[in-house]
Amino acid sequence: MTQSVVVQVGQCGNQIGCRFWDLALREHATVNKSGIYDEPLSSFFRNVDSRYDDPADIPVGSGKGKVRSLKARAVLVDMEEGVVSDIMKGPLKDVFDFRQLITDVSGSGNNWFVTAVYPSAEDDVITSPYNSVLAMRELTEKADCVLPIENQALVDIVNKIGQAVPSARTGKRVYSSVGGNVKAGSEITAGDGGLTKPSDEKPFDSMNNIVANLLLNMTSSARFEGSLNVDLNEITMNLVPFPKLHYLVSSQSPLYSLTDVNLPPRRLDQMFSDSFSKDHQLIKADPKHSLYLACALMVRGNVEISDIRRNIEKLKPNLKFIHWNQEGWKTGLCSVPPAHIHHYTDIDGMEVSNFTESLESLNSLIQEYSDLEKQMNNPPPAEPRLQVLS
Amino acid sequence: MMSVITIQVGQCGNQIGGQLFQTLIDDVNIKQSQTLVSPFKNEEYKEEVLNRFFTYDTTSSELPKARAVMVDMEPKVIAQTCANAQKSGKWLYPEKQQFCQQKGSGNNWAHGYCVHGPVAQENVMELVQREAEKCDNVSGFLSLLSLAGGTGSGVGAFISKCVRDEFPHAFILNQVVWPYHTGEVIVQNYNAVLTLSHLYRTADALVVMENDSLHKICSQLMNIKKISFKDINKVICHQLASFLQPAPLEKFPDFTIQNTLGEIMDHMVSHPDYKLLTVKNIPHMSEKSIEFSTFQWHGLLKHLRQMLIAGASMEEGIDWQIQVGTETPRGSTSHYRSLANLLILRGKEVNTADTSAFTDPNIYTPWMPTGGTLLQGRQPRSFYQYEKSAVLLSNSRSTIGPLNTMIGKAWNMFSSRAYVHQYTKHGLAEEDFVDSFVTLEQVISNYSKL
Repeated sequence: MTQSVVVQVGQCGNQIGCRFWDLALREHATVNKSGIYDEPLSSFFRNVDSRYDDPADIPVGSGKGKVRSLKARAVLVDMEEGVVSDIMKGPLKDVFDFRQLITDVSGSGNNWFVTAVYPSAEDDVITSPYNSVLAMRELTEKADCVLPIENQALVDIVNKIGQAVPSARTGKRVYSSVGGNVKAGSEITAGDGGLTKPSDEKPFDSMNNIVANLLLNMTSSARFEGSLNVDLNEITMNLVPFPKLHYLVSSQSPLYSLTDVNLPPRRLDQMFSDSFSKDHQLIKADPKHSLYLACALMVRGNVEISDIRRNIEKLKPNLKFIHWNQEGWKTGLCSVPPAHIHHYTDIDGMEVSNFTESLESLNSLIQEYSDLEKQMNNPPPAEPRLQVLS
Repeated sequence: MMSVITIQVGQCGNQIGGQLFQTLIDDVNIKQSQTLVSPFKNEEYKEEVLNRFFTYDTTSSELPKARAVMVDMEPKVIAQTCANAQKSGKWLYPEKQQFCQQKGSGNNWAHGYCVHGPVAQENVMELVQREAEKCDNVSGFLSLLSLAGGTGSGVGAFISKCVRDEFPHAFILNQVVWPYHTGEVIVQNYNAVLTLSHLYRTADALVVMENDSLHKICSQLMNIKKISFKDINKVICHQLASFLQPAPLEKFPDFTIQNTLGEIMDHMVSHPDYKLLTVKNIPHMSEKSIEFSTFQWHGLLKHLRQMLIAGASMEEGIDWQIQVGTETPRGSTSHYRSLANLLILRGKEVNTADTSAFTDPNIYTPWMPTGGTLLQGRQPRSFYQYEKSAVLLSNSRSTIGPLNTMIGKAWNMFSSRAYVHQYTKHGLAEEDFVDSFVTLEQVISNYSKL
């Protein structure tokens, strides 16, 4: 299992980070009911015997040991103590070791995969455009891969879900455009089932849950089994054709799941198609009118390779790929579905196998590099193949 | 007893390996009535299979243990594969014959070959040596890997070289899986070019299996609606087992030998420039249909021969227009010529089946001596539940179509130098890429002349 360390920086980073850890615990609890400290858990958590002052890490070993106390493989960084100390007073306090907190920044890079949140137009921080540009430069130089996320896109998604999901308070039934009732708590903005109680939820939590779910889904194949595993290194490898061009556009589908369990293949295909729609992207971009350098599709749940192949065939004609990467698809299959969908399978006696899938697509889509875009309609002539002496 | 040691590398290699041993055991365990031979003959067959592919103590009640070494750069797949074997209750993987790391190769051939390979070398070769010591005679090595990823391709190529260095006289057969051409991994064409060029220098032969063809077999012949990698792997293993399972080969008239890996390689790869092999099986059916189908050898062999000369991978959609005897103005034929073929018939009435169509000199390249073109085997004991089945292992010009397409795409990408920085940061130079391209262009040039 590739083990990862999550570094959460600043107020936003730490808030998203906390949603991530909350949801990760929920996901693992759903899958791992026996409380054994197994390989999937060890990818993001250490197992610690906290009876001692200097607690030792208990390795996975034979894979039969029980969980004692889980500690997140995380480093929490902030210039001021406020946010971090709030975390250490909240429901996640036992998940972090006080030695993982830093309020002084230094250190060199290893393999850096960065999720960066970009401000929306109505941001209340006046200097945010300057901060963003400065940060971008560092990210371009130092990070191996960056996943920009736009608050505006998150806001729009939250609103879209809000229109489709029944409100618990009014008791109204809302029908989604795809037909059928939406299952309460299944939306990717919901934090149900985690450590945080609904009463403790903060204003940005819905938006942060989207990002946390993205991270969970992207790392699912590194944590759980599947017939075609994909880890973060593979994502970086396949989606970064040139060193500086390492900004990815991400999207997820579904945004919520339906109560109707008998999902025909049409519904699954709709999910693939939705993930290329501009309404599902986590930055305000339109994939269908841009030039693709590369694309990764990571699927979780009851999906097989033929489902992916069928959808790639369908989607390909509508997307423009750069001439040297006409079949630029990276695919991943993880057999464990996302927890917030799994969570509800026991109600109404539904079977796990009928349940659904969540899908992500990551697009490596660079607008600023116009010389690549210029090749969209005028690819340069192909370089002739090597001739060998016969 | 000539044993085969299987080396499974990466996710694909390990998943296939697990299925291969299962297929071999399932074949051995069919009902006596389905075997079509006497119990005594069936026991002989079973013993031969177990000796070739498993370590098996007849005196103890222990389950047979696969003669296998498992290698991967992350632990999940090996763990799953071993667990599946255990669940079957019929065989196991030997303990401590697995090498694992925690890092993954990131789909990066250079990371696999230049970084992980050397680190893994000592440990893996120790496991291989240990497995070899359990055998009375090592017939050869079967290595399983995919071309698209980072571990199977990179680490697999490196280990192949190590095995060649340490066992200079052993036969090495690499089974390589060609990814879907519409992409499973974006850098798959680079990884494939690098792997194939390196394996070509160290292996005796490469058996090529393409996911696209296997997928069609699953959908059109076996009617599987939601095709999974497990389905595809079952077809792969069915094809491998059909020429690896014991069969007496007619080396000379009235002189038969066992189809050991060495004998097979000797015949198929008599010329060092021609190492690419393909497998054609007939018939392929869903499990439910097997019981209710009967075939005649005449029909089966007619289809198989046409599959060979038309370059078809399965018995449906064959181009019957292509015939022997038509030549283009430049002197090449419209049909695919072979260097060598291995034809094995299994099951009912094998001894009376007429295989003369496969000895027709027109389907072979003119400069091969007649005695060296076709090697036949007839095994009366049926394969799995098929009353009659045939396999054709071929060394022919048909492989270069997909190879040519793949090189074209890789070269196109290389011209823009896309992704090359990911490889050079792990120790591969641009000249190494060019060297690999040159090697493979030479292979294509050689095969085009057949």
